[in-house]
Amino acid sequence: MSFFDPVKGFWVTLRQMFKPKVTTQYPEEKRSKPQRFHGRHVLNRYPDGMEKCIGCELCAGVCPARCIYVRGEDNPPDDPVSPGERYGFIYEINMLRCIFCGLCVEACPTEAITMTQLFEMSVSDRQDAIYTRDELLMNPDGTVPHPQPESPLIDLGELRIADGWMRATAPSGRASYEGTPGWTPTAGIGLRPAERGQKKPTVDSPPSTAAEASRHSDLAGDSGLGTGASAEPEGEAN
Amino acid sequence: MGFIESLLASPFWSSVIKVVAVFALLLVNTLILIWFERRVVAFMQNRIGPNRAGPFGILQTLADGLKLFFKEHITPRKVELGMYIAAPIAAMIPAFLIFLVIPIGRPFVIGETLVTLQAADLNVALLFILAMSSVAVYSIVLAGWASGSKYPLLGGVRATAQMISYEAAMGLALVPVVLFASVQIGGGPLGVGTMSLSRIVELQQGSFRGMIPGWFVFWLLPSFILFFIAAVAETNRAPFDLVEAESEIVGGYHTEYSGIRFALFFLAEYINMFNVSAIAVTVFFGGWLGPDFGLPAWIAWVMPIFWFLAKTYALLFVFVWLRASLPRFRYDQLMTLGWKRLIPFSVAWLVLFALVQAWQTFGAPWS
Repeated sequence: MSFFDPVKGFWVTLRQMFKPKVTTQYPEEKRSKPQRFHGRHVLNRYPDGMEKCIGCELCAGVCPARCIYVRGEDNPPDDPVSPGERYGFIYEINMLRCIFCGLCVEACPTEAITMTQLFEMSVSDRQDAIYTRDELLMNPDGTVPHPQPESPLIDLGELRIADGWMRATAPSGRASYEGTPGWTPTAGIGLRPAERGQKKPTVDSPPSTAAEASRHSDLAGDSGLGTGASAEPEGEAN
Repeated sequence: MGFIESLLASPFWSSVIKVVAVFALLLVNTLILIWFERRVVAFMQNRIGPNRAGPFGILQTLADGLKLFFKEHITPRKVELGMYIAAPIAAMIPAFLIFLVIPIGRPFVIGETLVTLQAADLNVALLFILAMSSVAVYSIVLAGWASGSKYPLLGGVRATAQMISYEAAMGLALVPVVLFASVQIGGGPLGVGTMSLSRIVELQQGSFRGMIPGWFVFWLLPSFILFFIAAVAETNRAPFDLVEAESEIVGGYHTEYSGIRFALFFLAEYINMFNVSAIAVTVFFGGWLGPDFGLPAWIAWVMPIFWFLAKTYALLFVFVWLRASLPRFRYDQLMTLGWKRLIPFSVAWLVLFALVQAWQTFGAPWS
């Protein structure tokens, strides 16, 4: 116990002044978020433009905060909105009640609702926080509308990084699907990078034809859990 | 220049100008000091600290002050209203009064008047300072008791005990300074000491062999250390901040205060911090003394003020450094340190110093 022991601590503190700081200066710098970050919800479409939501209300049923309101409508026979019998006609999420647990994403049979990485959703009126179908549904070209415009705080590019619920058939699971995209990416994004231990995916452009999309969902339907309802874009009677 | 000369010649108006200047200086200093502390503590903790309000976050304190100004005054029902309202004011008054006797710069001559940069040149300045810091204890006692609730009472009682114990140490640490100052005044009748701060600063002029300045700290280092430790405890700063430790007793004596009343306590603490640093600098480090670097006269008058502020802020950096580095004292450790270590040490040092000085001055007792 030397004489300078009580004083050595001061040197440590002084030294810290000259080391790099760990603070990220938001909003000029932003931290990178994990891949499966639970941000704002998005209603996806297929690459050919049809909506994925079939109005089954499973997400509303599983939501622990009861913040989703869904009403389905039969698909008009001559102009189907979704590949299925029904589509989500009214779809509203109250973002103030949402707890961002991701259960709706897990429950959705068609991967219609996914969570992106955007979390800057400040509003000044409670009514504005109830996101309706117009604000949730992505446009046919893959962009997603957002109530607030692009600004230094709000990076709309984060809305295009869809998370998706990786099921057991996904590349992160079974070895036979390594390198093969097991889920349909949202339009305009492309493939996810490989997970740890996987080979790099070989296809790096999104499937642009319906035929490719059905090929992917054939592989996904193999496991039996499958995205059976969305297998055939032409629609089928179940 | 005739108007300014006559203004400064009349003692009333020069006092008014100086008092207003001290008021402004202390408030601006507090703004900067709070910002300084937040930034330095943040840097020592590997983070940035406030840097958004104004360039480098300098206006952050102003923003906080404005926010506190507009906050609601929540007065609990059980308070003793008179003392409750008087306590923050009683905290501010000694804080401002102490600074009035501290010389900031070199006296200069305008016309025929000698203007000292010191609002009041008392020749018992040191005693006055110790007296004022004793009065400051009252505000804490009043705040703690008048709040009518448990945590403030506990905090107030502890704060009182702490401040009283360390005042004794502070006073005893300053006695060798007065002793030394009396010895330095050669040629006068023996026993002529001085407690006047401007005189003490003057006595620290000169240097040893042109390299080491003639500051008192080189003769009286133990006094400085004792005074510094006692000063940290007196101002309720970490590591002696048990009385306002948020994790221990919520807020201590200022729990029940909100808005501008809390702001006054907060301000008083930082002004006191500045005051004790200024006193330590004046008494031990030569106050405003410092090289001029041969600047022309029209700018050279700023240099003493610059040196004074630089030295004070260096000491304030040590205050902040202490806060960032040390954990808090427990109450019994605090009292042990005050009564069983600091006071005996300061008495022992005083006796030793007095013996040595007497030996040098009077020779051996048997001769």
